[in-house]
Amino acid sequence: MHHRKAMLAALTLSLGTLSLGAVALAQTGLQKGITIAFLPKQVNNPYFATAWKGGQAAVKEFAGVGKQVGPSDAGASSQVSYINTLLAQRQKAIVVSASDQNALVPYLKRAMSQGVKVVTYDSDVAVGGRNVFVSQASADTIARDQVRILARQIGSKGEIAILSATPNATNQNAWIKVMQEELKKPQYKDMRLVKIAYGNDDDQKSFTEMQGLMQAYPNLRGVISPTTVGISAAARYLSGSPYKGKVALTGLGTPNQMREFVKNGTVQGFALWNPEDLGYLASYAAAALVSGQITGKEGEKFSAGKLGQRTVGKDGVVILGPLTVFDKNNIDKFNF
Amino acid sequence: MTVPQPAPPPAPQRPARSLLGWETTILALVAVALLVGSTLSDAFLTGANLSNLASNLVEIALIALTMTLVVIAAEIDLSVASIVGMCSALLGVLWAAQVPMGLAILGALGLGALAGLLNGWLVTRLGLPSLAVTIGTLALYRGLAYALLGDRAVADFPPFWTNLGFGLVPGTQLPIPIVAFVILAVVTAALLHATPFGRSLYAIGANEVAARFAGLRVGRTKLLLFVLSGLMSAFAAVVYTFRFSSARADNAVGLELSVIAAVLLGGVSIFGGRGSVIGVIAAVFLIGIIQNALTLADVPNEILTIVTGLLLILSVLGPNLAARVRAARQRRSTLAGPKGGAP
Repeated sequence: MHHRKAMLAALTLSLGTLSLGAVALAQTGLQKGITIAFLPKQVNNPYFATAWKGGQAAVKEFAGVGKQVGPSDAGASSQVSYINTLLAQRQKAIVVSASDQNALVPYLKRAMSQGVKVVTYDSDVAVGGRNVFVSQASADTIARDQVRILARQIGSKGEIAILSATPNATNQNAWIKVMQEELKKPQYKDMRLVKIAYGNDDDQKSFTEMQGLMQAYPNLRGVISPTTVGISAAARYLSGSPYKGKVALTGLGTPNQMREFVKNGTVQGFALWNPEDLGYLASYAAAALVSGQITGKEGEKFSAGKLGQRTVGKDGVVILGPLTVFDKNNIDKFNF
Repeated sequence: MTVPQPAPPPAPQRPARSLLGWETTILALVAVALLVGSTLSDAFLTGANLSNLASNLVEIALIALTMTLVVIAAEIDLSVASIVGMCSALLGVLWAAQVPMGLAILGALGLGALAGLLNGWLVTRLGLPSLAVTIGTLALYRGLAYALLGDRAVADFPPFWTNLGFGLVPGTQLPIPIVAFVILAVVTAALLHATPFGRSLYAIGANEVAARFAGLRVGRTKLLLFVLSGLMSAFAAVVYTFRFSSARADNAVGLELSVIAAVLLGGVSIFGGRGSVIGVIAAVFLIGIIQNALTLADVPNEILTIVTGLLLILSVLGPNLAARVRAARQRRSTLAGPKGGAP
């Protein structure tokens, strides 16, 4: 074992003198050829495609072997069969965004017992189901920021609604809970949450749900849609309706999806973290786990390429950072 | 696996032979799929992978057993997946209300039987077509599932029970639920192929009016079939809930299509009167093997969906073509017959 490590060190050292890239490799101390599989909730979803772009870029930097697999429907049971498949393929690490908080846990535990490192990103699983969770931002920040943005747009007054994804999406539900708490604060006393609707992360369903909201609540002043599918469908409905510019819409969206609605005045501003960075960070976390640099304990540090050094927080959570707000002044600087 | 006794069918054209023909085709396809799978990936023919493969299929396989009986009797039950969702939700609600697990499971099974009873009652007493009835109850039961559990999920089941869902029989690679499936499959095969009740299903499916005149109690038989279907769906719900340690109203959404696809691919005639348990089990595993092998080989999702679609078309086309070939052969033999025999 020691012998092998020494050889590896010598090898990386000698390679390090050869090229700049290899120097970076020697500095990060990551193993080469680590196999990492991304398992998003859904393939063919632009958000996860962008996250995978970042994940793949990181894998390239540390000379690993990466791939993305996953179901085309957002059901937890379909993710389970992929976990089993990745186990059979002897992947070193699985980076997963969980469709269900609990359903995947027994299978991920089985994977970890066979030495596979498990990183969750975007949507976590229950305790014991993973080594590290790479979180977009803390649930508190994400939820409070969205309430704050909407409050500014409607002058902190009037009826508001939430258009979420599926009723059991772990992350959405956590945010909604914080939003409900946040709205109890004195500065929001004139804002009233009248309805939480679910568009199931389906474009058409979200569109009709938004339509339904406007019909059911004629006094609605604003809507928060904390899902990229929901906010763009809602914006499409608003931009073709008499409510355009009168009813505020904010939430979490990608600049490419929302650009036209920001420019035509339907949406003033919305927020998101950078999903590409999220995937990038998740890849590095997985590689650091496989290389034995971290185990998921609080206080451990690892280097995450261009994102610099990161620290594992409480309960094995690694936080990407604060949200970015996109509006007509900055939206053209982003392309994802 | 042993091939059960071929059914002594009452239909005039000796479908036993054609049935055997289609079964052989499906079993051959399973062999081909296993072979191709093992060339696609080294990880395919390993105990662990085959164990996962079987585990992933268990709910579909279970419900397909009773669906086989229902479709042979020329009926259909589209509400099975909704019954899974509803019973899973009830199991979660009862457990969250601190009902002992044994009682909670009994409650879920009882609800499934009741749901089946309602289906059967609407079909037999009101004489409504089962297709329409179960499309209705598909929505009704799913709605009740959401009414029971809403958007919550119950997950804190004791490890003893969840282990029954995803655990292996000690010392083997055999998933525990598969053992239950094997027992139920043997019981169902025996029921269908070796009892008067089973024979009556073929008779009812082939010609209901004739079956009535022959003194078969058609209504009662069908009622029982729907209750069995509901009960089996409830059992699948218990397995599903423990396997994913998650009771949710949206569990098993869309599962009815996989079940019916397997039943048809297995050679059960959608018009009733024809089919066997072994053919359906082979079809369930054929679909599972193909999907598993393609996934292992990193074949993209779209291709997987296309292949599944093609399989379904084959499931309708295959038995039909077989029937045509058989009819043509019979014509030839009747044409050739008189020449050699009678003057």
